[in-house]
Amino acid sequence: MQRNPQLNEAGELQHLLSIEGLPREILTQILDTAESFAGVTEREVKKVPLLRGKSVFNLFFEPSTRTRTTFEIAAKRLSADVINLNIAVSSQSKGESLLDTVANLSAMQADIFVVRHGSSGAPFLIARHVKPHEHVINAGDGRHAHPTQGLLDLFTIRHYKKDFSRLTVAIIGDVLHSHVARSLIHGLTTLGAQEVRVIGPQTLLPAGVEALGVKVFHDMREGLRDCDVVVMLRLQNERMGGALLPSAQEYFKSYGLTLDKLSAARKDAIVMHPGPMNRGVEIDSTVADGPHSVILPQVTFGIAVRMAVMSIVAGN
Amino acid sequence: MKLLIKNARIIDPASGRDAKGDLYIADGKIAEEFSKAERTIDAKGLVVAPGFIDIAARLREPGNEYKATLESEMAAALAGGVTSLACPPDTDPPLDEPGLVDMLRRRAKALTKARVYPIGALTVKLEGQRLTEMAQLAETGCVAFSQGNAPLADTQVLWRALQYAATFGFPVWLRAEDIGLAKGGVAHDGEVATRLGLPGIPPFAETIALATILELVRTTRARVHICRLSTAGAVEMMRAAKREGLPVTCDVGIHHLHLCDNDLGYFDSNCRLAPPLRSQRDRDALARGLEDGTVDCACSDHTPVDEDGKHLPFAEAEPGATGLELLLPLTLKWGEARNLPLVKSLARITSDAARVLGVGSGKLAIGAPADVALFDPTATMRVSAESLKSQGKNTPFLGYELAGRVRATIVAGNIVHEA
Repeated sequence: MQRNPQLNEAGELQHLLSIEGLPREILTQILDTAESFAGVTEREVKKVPLLRGKSVFNLFFEPSTRTRTTFEIAAKRLSADVINLNIAVSSQSKGESLLDTVANLSAMQADIFVVRHGSSGAPFLIARHVKPHEHVINAGDGRHAHPTQGLLDLFTIRHYKKDFSRLTVAIIGDVLHSHVARSLIHGLTTLGAQEVRVIGPQTLLPAGVEALGVKVFHDMREGLRDCDVVVMLRLQNERMGGALLPSAQEYFKSYGLTLDKLSAARKDAIVMHPGPMNRGVEIDSTVADGPHSVILPQVTFGIAVRMAVMSIVAGN
Repeated sequence: MKLLIKNARIIDPASGRDAKGDLYIADGKIAEEFSKAERTIDAKGLVVAPGFIDIAARLREPGNEYKATLESEMAAALAGGVTSLACPPDTDPPLDEPGLVDMLRRRAKALTKARVYPIGALTVKLEGQRLTEMAQLAETGCVAFSQGNAPLADTQVLWRALQYAATFGFPVWLRAEDIGLAKGGVAHDGEVATRLGLPGIPPFAETIALATILELVRTTRARVHICRLSTAGAVEMMRAAKREGLPVTCDVGIHHLHLCDNDLGYFDSNCRLAPPLRSQRDRDALARGLEDGTVDCACSDHTPVDEDGKHLPFAEAEPGATGLELLLPLTLKWGEARNLPLVKSLARITSDAARVLGVGSGKLAIGAPADVALFDPTATMRVSAESLKSQGKNTPFLGYELAGRVRATIVAGNIVHEA
């Protein structure tokens, strides 16, 4: 197999495309760097000059307001110039190919491309065709990966639980369509979490998911037993009322996170969600707004993690 | 022209012959010994075999000339030692009326190169609704009828099509793929697709469709050829169907003999194929099935795709690989891995393919058409965009060093390629 396309010849992070295949040291480096940036975001002047003069292009081939905004804030706090491109409604509809779009932006002197695309693997294709000094950061590709989300989840878990080696983490819901779940699973197995579980109906779990190193549960209470970390996944509206699930109500009954179900987990368990939440579908408001929830800190940490990733790739 | 090929290792799978000797060609046919040759080829160190028969090669005409043309793909065929090829009907427009088939045949004939056997469309526009005028298409030269890669959703139409074809004895060639189960899928539904986040096609999309087809063969007794098996389950079902005596044959694409879903690597769109590359277990079952004859023959499933069609995210890339020039090397590689004698490996792309196609070539018997390939079984070639004559450079084997170089190709007694 070819060299991991996100590493340069020295084994350093050239692009961030997926957590899969990244060595533990690089993950730890990113988390440690993010730790140092967490302070910046609390200062009155929330800027450091690390990326001054650099251009960050946010290339969003499908909309994701939150991800785009946090990347934008992170880049600005590093003093980079940020250009947001909502490609879904511009050149793609005029028939320009993905690689032509990238080549044109490259001609405008880009340094970092932050890419969101509906098709798995699209950032890999772009990374193969950019110039050597340009960097690609995957901001979510199809069902495949969302590495900065996975990293901010890891950052959050580390922040509250310190050590990964004794943790049991449950990921609940639509794993089949989730780039968040895949990235977090790879991160957790790389950092040595004791047990990673996925919980959901068979229709929402991909074939052979056990091979990723997870235990499969279909019963929510059983799967939550003694968990330290509970990660809820967003269930998109279009998944409901088709062949995958009969209805939102029925889903909530079996797999929605309520205080009652959460009582099976450890008393000090934290509850996470990548957002945006569907209250009353995958999570009850009493949990989302309750003492176990770390959903809003996740968003704050997300900025520091994205600052870390951009500064690291730009330096390699 | 009277042509003598001497000092050759002559391999004729149809008769089981594998011996040093001389081959005589006169009036476009394999001939008895004669004294005055107009041309003599010294084939020392080379194998002389019947020209290869590729039962699935898309020439992209009519309609997709920007991807490939008859000229470019004929040159590729001859460079690969392929002297006969069958082309699926999934052109644009599809080969669903006699005029189109006639035009293709004339165009191909004018090039006086490989023999082209068109497969006619089974349904009008390949839409799976109305039957084509099969009898008239057969008169213009269609040797079988098929949907290509287009689905046939309505089992009622499939049943009627098989009944109608059986009435006239026309063979029907079908891909076994349940359209509902395959919907949206681009890769084998397994660990690799799960890891890469690619929508999967489960293996039972093939076996369920195959079960339906076999049941319809039982009732209609239509002669059916199953194209491009991809799963171990389907190989097992074909084994049972043949034991039962059903009039069925099947083939495998050369890529599926060697590659599996692991080869997708980091979204290599050259590995985006239809059917998808499946698990190692499936690949091994296909290789074994081809050895024991459950799978009748191998084919290239040649599908030239232009760069724009492959420089896309995996799921959006156009499926298919160029293959005419790799048919021999990849068949040899399969045979070598399984320790088969050359005469047996070559059978799968000569005499067995001729039997499936229902043509008289694919053998070196006296009086047979002089379609011959001369190749060096040990000389290697490095697969690259430059080394391929096909307009399509899309192959998962780019950069591979493969053994088996064709030195000359002869069609109807004429030397049409020399290298």
